[in-house]
Amino acid sequence: MIESIKNFSSDFFVTGDPLIYGADVSIVLVMVAIIFVLTYFKKWKWLWSEWLTTVDHKKIGIMYLIASLLMLFRGGVDAILMRTQLAFPNMDFLPSDKYNEIFTTHGTIMILFMAMPLMFALFNMVVPLQIGARDVAYPFLNAVSFWTFFFGAMLFNLSFVIGGSPDAGWLSYAPLSETQFSEGPGQNYYIWGIQISGIGSLASGINFLVTILKMRAPGMKLMKMPMFSWSVLSSCIIIIFAFPILTVTLGLLFIDRYFGANFFTLAGGGNPMYYVNLIWMWGHPEVYLVVLPAFGVFSEVVATFSKKKIFGYKSMVFALLSISLLSFFTWVHHFFTMADYKVDAFFAITTMAIAIPTGVKVFNWMFTMFRGRIQMKPPMLWTIAFIPTFLVGGATGVMLAVAPADFQYHNSYFLIAHFHQVLIGGVVFGFFSGIYYWWPKIFGFSLNEKLGLWAFWLWNIGFYVTFMPQYALGFMGMPRRVSTYGWDMGWAPLNFISTIGAFLMGAGFIFQVWQIVYSIKHRNKEGAADPWDGRTLEWSIPSPPPEYNFAIIPKVSEQDDWWYKKQKGLTKVKEDYKPIHMPKNSGIPFIMGGFWFITGFGLTFEWTWMGIIGLIGVATSIVVRHLDNDTDYYIPVDEIERTEARIGGTR
Amino acid sequence: MSQSTAGKIDHHNEEEHHDTSSIKIFGFWIFLISDLILFSVLFATYVVLRTRYSGGPTGAELFEVPIFVAETFILLTSSFTSGLATLGLQQGKVKTVINWLIVTVVLGIAFVGLEVTEFITLVEEGATISTSAFLSAFYVLVGTHGLHVSAGIIWMISTIFQLSRYGITEETNRKTQVVSLYWHFLDVVWIFIFTVVYLLGVM
Repeated sequence: MIESIKNFSSDFFVTGDPLIYGADVSIVLVMVAIIFVLTYFKKWKWLWSEWLTTVDHKKIGIMYLIASLLMLFRGGVDAILMRTQLAFPNMDFLPSDKYNEIFTTHGTIMILFMAMPLMFALFNMVVPLQIGARDVAYPFLNAVSFWTFFFGAMLFNLSFVIGGSPDAGWLSYAPLSETQFSEGPGQNYYIWGIQISGIGSLASGINFLVTILKMRAPGMKLMKMPMFSWSVLSSCIIIIFAFPILTVTLGLLFIDRYFGANFFTLAGGGNPMYYVNLIWMWGHPEVYLVVLPAFGVFSEVVATFSKKKIFGYKSMVFALLSISLLSFFTWVHHFFTMADYKVDAFFAITTMAIAIPTGVKVFNWMFTMFRGRIQMKPPMLWTIAFIPTFLVGGATGVMLAVAPADFQYHNSYFLIAHFHQVLIGGVVFGFFSGIYYWWPKIFGFSLNEKLGLWAFWLWNIGFYVTFMPQYALGFMGMPRRVSTYGWDMGWAPLNFISTIGAFLMGAGFIFQVWQIVYSIKHRNKEGAADPWDGRTLEWSIPSPPPEYNFAIIPKVSEQDDWWYKKQKGLTKVKEDYKPIHMPKNSGIPFIMGGFWFITGFGLTFEWTWMGIIGLIGVATSIVVRHLDNDTDYYIPVDEIERTEARIGGTR
Repeated sequence: MSQSTAGKIDHHNEEEHHDTSSIKIFGFWIFLISDLILFSVLFATYVVLRTRYSGGPTGAELFEVPIFVAETFILLTSSFTSGLATLGLQQGKVKTVINWLIVTVVLGIAFVGLEVTEFITLVEEGATISTSAFLSAFYVLVGTHGLHVSAGIIWMISTIFQLSRYGITEETNRKTQVVSLYWHFLDVVWIFIFTVVYLLGVM
């Protein structure tokens, strides 16, 4: 009996690695600390009624932000571990199997559990405020989105200490990801972690598309809408068309693994290359859908800190929409070496075509700054750092798009340097810029600028020190995903420089954490309602906004309406309040997320009984919600008056 | 829609009234687009793998014309009866709506039952999901549709329950419309399965 428990637990828990024992200990300690703090300060009820059951988009945005910063930490630690292993030739810091696991989890976490939730954090924090709405179209569904993402991410991260991490790469190409080559729960963790959070992503895509199309304040025609909301709209269009492809792809892979089907297997008539096609038909649009909202952030920031209307509004909209369309016609450029040359020619041209709308956007940002009164505030710094970084990243992208040349760069460090340059230089810089820009709006106090400056320079210098050598390493023939190399290759100096850069970026992240903690302690609430002299509706209300956002829904007449009203002195609104219709909090999204977690965990270990229990729980949650007709309430006028008086309300 | 029913909330109090029912129905259309893409990918998978028999049986050997014609007939009829239920909704007759929804549910159950029997027969003949890529794609495409129909049945029963309890209100009106929209959508998908899988399979 004891023997069998021992056997079970040595399979169940990952054992034998001091790093992982360290992680085990720290996970337990953190959990004990959280439970202790919540109990000691009697905060359990507060946690449940204010956060876990909330349907308020601003709070959901904050939870997305916290979760994605945690994931940035986890993915960043993965990156530092890899760079440490590669710092010198013949290192044995990480054995090759662990190295495989770490590059897999690094990629998966950074794209799906860091970039995506950080993007949804911005969607939630900004879009309803910017279009003059009181919430998203479906507040309940919004909470479901968050909790499915959260529990999916937790499931994925659990693989590190229980059962073993996936190790077939961030896109898990078949047949490597099939049972034949990747036995055990690791690959199933990958499938279910992504599948469960994917439900949330798709639901958010639908939610924000409908919010933007149907909930705009009166007078805000689509062509008067702020550019960030336009970028969210284009991003949502991609989500709605791309995520079902991912759902099917991972679903088929799971059916192969669980029921022994033959979709992507080598035997039984399966077609592994079909997997590669499917995963990139999602994967390429995926990277565009995370970068488009970053473009939206830059457009807002550039206009605000140049004190000018965005240059070329219509061409910006056109560029966003054409990028979302073109993103679906480039997927083969990820495997030029596997395709026919005629196919390659088509996809090389579509890939290069994307540089055109992107170039239009870069010119528009520059022309917005041209002859503007530029203020070098933190959000603007990140934007200005973005432009040259993204330009080089885009140019190396066009180099990779030249199909015959790609046969040389394929799967080398040149590619690694390219996509980190667009993803860090574009997406991460963009989202940081957005967080610095909208932080005072959501939290009601500003972030310390001096610490932010340290973080900014460490990130930027670190970025170039890390990735510029990698372009050269690619040309010198260093392939991706190698866990070590010999002295005779001549790659040692550049790899060492690259590792230094990774640590600089890590230091930048530490400064950001310090900046946030410092600013929470020394709250600077001065001018938080409109600290940047903003242009759009979110700056017309107090910071942080009350739960109903707008006591009186604004009537919009111009693009950049709040700026226009400030110029014309039309900011006073008649205080004629009416009862406000709001959604009620609900515990169902959290509980449903918990049941998804049970489902995912059961199916990961192929314990069918547990999977079925989880699915019954999910179905029951949905039916209970369907039967519930008491889902919203009204805030009476006197309560609105009291709140507005307290927070310094409508000006 | 909202003016035809007396909701429990007085909407005239609101300065900025977004019609929640129409927003929810609009969102459901967007969901249907994403569901349609899900099915398109499964259809593409089937087309890519449909001749990869791997030494196993072909569609012509497996599919039985009377069975799949019966399935088609039952599902098309159920789409018609769910349409009659929506018609009753517009006339404000709860009884009519409930009765036609019950007929729809019964037909749906008959469809799923036939499909399950079909699958069991195939497996007994030795044509399982592991036999060949063709059969993997067949089971998953047709089975996903069957799961959608099963979910629709549960959903419809829940709607019937609410209709009988609350009568026709703004909520139940919307819920009935949405579920019947879903039902029609599944019917359209089935027509493609009927054509691409079964008709082309036995040809």
